[in-house]
Amino acid sequence: MKLIFALLAMLPLACGGQASAGRVLTLTGSSTIAPLAAEMGLRFEAVNPGSRVDVQSGGSSRGIADVRAGHADIGMASRALAASEEDLTPVTIARDGVALIVHADNVVTELTSEQVRRIYLGEASDWSEFGGTSGPITVVNKAEGRATLTVFLEHFGLDSRAIQADVIAGENEQAIKTVAGTPGAIGYVSIGTAMVDREAGVTIKLLALDGVQATHQNVSSGAYPLSRPLNLVLTTSPSPLALEFIEFARAPEQNDLILRESFVPMAEKL
Amino acid sequence: MRTSLAIAPRTRQDRALGVVLRSSALLAASLIFLVLLFVVFEARGALATPGFGAFFTDPSWHPVDDGTGSEYGVLPMLAATLATTFGALLIATPLGIGAGVFNALVAPAPFALLHRSLVEILAGIPSVVYGLWGLVVLVPWIGGVSHSGQGLLAASIVLSLMLLPTITLSTEAALLAVPKEQLQAAAALGLGPIARARLVAVPAARRGIVAGLVLATGRAVGETMAVLMVAGNVVAWPRGLRDPLRTLTGNIALEMGYATESHRSALFVVGLVLMLCVALLVILAGLFGSGKNHSVSASGSAGR
Repeated sequence: MKLIFALLAMLPLACGGQASAGRVLTLTGSSTIAPLAAEMGLRFEAVNPGSRVDVQSGGSSRGIADVRAGHADIGMASRALAASEEDLTPVTIARDGVALIVHADNVVTELTSEQVRRIYLGEASDWSEFGGTSGPITVVNKAEGRATLTVFLEHFGLDSRAIQADVIAGENEQAIKTVAGTPGAIGYVSIGTAMVDREAGVTIKLLALDGVQATHQNVSSGAYPLSRPLNLVLTTSPSPLALEFIEFARAPEQNDLILRESFVPMAEKL
Repeated sequence: MRTSLAIAPRTRQDRALGVVLRSSALLAASLIFLVLLFVVFEARGALATPGFGAFFTDPSWHPVDDGTGSEYGVLPMLAATLATTFGALLIATPLGIGAGVFNALVAPAPFALLHRSLVEILAGIPSVVYGLWGLVVLVPWIGGVSHSGQGLLAASIVLSLMLLPTITLSTEAALLAVPKEQLQAAAALGLGPIARARLVAVPAARRGIVAGLVLATGRAVGETMAVLMVAGNVVAWPRGLRDPLRTLTGNIALEMGYATESHRSALFVVGLVLMLCVALLVILAGLFGSGKNHSVSASGSAGR
């Protein structure tokens, strides 16, 4: 079954990838960027009749692999490109911060990078060490391969196998629901997702890191240390439609979409 | 002449039908080989290096090489799959068989109909809904203040809810297939409804009930999303009821979307292990099922 579907799915790519590129634009990659890209795609289709924008999420690494292999016109990567990815061109359309979150009832309001390191390494296991109500810390980590994990590990200089996790979550929402249901938990998710849920009344709280509040202003100004670029990734020979879309996505007219998804528009366009 | 004329078109139809049936059977059977072929093909990189053996000798699962090498041990996750499956069966088997027996033999007809509809609705609920319920209701309740609550117990309970309808409905169907004469004869001998169920109906329907349990076990081994949401997903050997663990299916679902190259290939090997696991289960079930059939040969065929 799977094989047949896979073969069927690949047929149009194999036969008509170049020919149909003028009409259909395929974006794949980061599940963080996908909702934003889909909204931009709808608007793009409205002003460019006859064009279709197809957005599929599957992780930054997948987006990079797909655009490199020609399966997608544009890759979406919610991280800076690695040295081994220099053959591709990233275009940053917005920024996203990674926020440390705890349960809303937790009295702790900020941590330093060193304290976060100690918690994730299992060296500190009780909230009383950080001025909180005494109780064990439940460490929520992300699954291997996730962009938020990469951003987190790089910033704190951690090795993924040294982390002493109690729960490993896949999606942002899973991490948020776990923290919201566990008074002693700490986790990290995209600031955008955390803020939307916080406003919706989910029982989580965003922690300040090294004295800097996790807010849009601080992410956009670069003051908040734990942030990442949202990149659209192109090969060296992009299709005209892909370039058109990138131009469209970077225009200030799209800032309302970026803000609606709780991301931060690029500073020079604010 | 008339007979031959009457037979001739039927034979042609028969022949056509035979071809259709044979090719559908062949297609169905070859699909499993195609899937197997596809999985082995995708796994070939990891099967070459580090090789199939590494998946059983490496101590842990760290497929992404961050400069200190990769580890591909699946045994803790295999144990986690078996532990959650066993835990779920432990909860769902008595409840499911009990509900099935009640419905088929004890409950008044209108009530049985209502109950059956409710169980069927239970069977139709998508697994993520169970998972979501587990994550926002069950897990905080198990965890209390000091604990996440995600782990073996939560996974077993959520899984058992999903197995319950399978076991209940197959038990009920097996019991309803027991010949009425046997039950009437038992009633004529003065046995009450409970004794009729215990001494006549359940032994006669044993094969069907076991088949339902095997089906449920298969579902438990293969269930992914609901378990993923409540198991905690830390790669670890099952220890306590509240300690987190990661199942084979959960591992694939958690990492596949984000995996590239050797990591992706390694996940297909995990899929291969899972397929072997299920195949082994089917074979064991076959041996077990046929053994039961012989021991109750007098009534076994009736219990299908």
